[in-house]
Amino acid sequence: MKVSVQTQDFDAGAEIRALSRDPRVGAVASFVGVVRAVAMTLEHYPGMTERALQKIVEEARGRWQVLECTVIHRTGPLQPTDQIVLVVVASAHRGDAFAACEFVMDYLKTQAPFWKKEAAGWVDARATDDQAAERWK
Amino acid sequence: MKVKVLYFAALREQLGTSGEEIELPAGVGTVAALRSHLRGRGGAWERALADGKLIRMAVNQDMAQSSAAIGAGDEVAFFPPVTGG
Repeated sequence: MKVSVQTQDFDAGAEIRALSRDPRVGAVASFVGVVRAVAMTLEHYPGMTERALQKIVEEARGRWQVLECTVIHRTGPLQPTDQIVLVVVASAHRGDAFAACEFVMDYLKTQAPFWKKEAAGWVDARATDDQAAERWK
Repeated sequence: MKVKVLYFAALREQLGTSGEEIELPAGVGTVAALRSHLRGRGGAWERALADGKLIRMAVNQDMAQSSAAIGAGDEVAFFPPVTGG
């Protein structure tokens, strides 16, 4: 299980390949979040962020058969089309991989201490993100 | 009894500080009580931490309810709802 909070970009292909080497792995699901439309800066809570992401991954492992999981989230200044977040889940079967990947993203959106700031100001949290996380309860 | 208090994002800007060490007054034993104590400073504190404001809290880097207990040496954080991903 790998969690990284970093300013530099990531190579999603390399991260996916890295989780495909275990012969028990039959499915690798991944999600890449991309910055839309406007430039932004991401602030986070160093220490708690990594801890929160670890807890989310542990929660996913308790719910589904997860062999490996990688979560990378960038911080600092980001431009439109930049990659912002990556979740990769490796499992024996696709059902677990898909579900765990979506769960990690939904929980990350409401539990991990990141905040987006655009030129127009701080981005407001969305109720739809809370609803997305609620459905896993 | 001292605690470390941190503020993030919009709240940090509104309060003009990213954190401080606070000597907890007698009777301030929960996150809610600390929030109320800080609000008592008036001005930006009163506005930013008003009851109606949606604020998330963490104690020792775990999300916490406002009823969570706090004690000496704890790290308490106040911040707006998160917007990562």
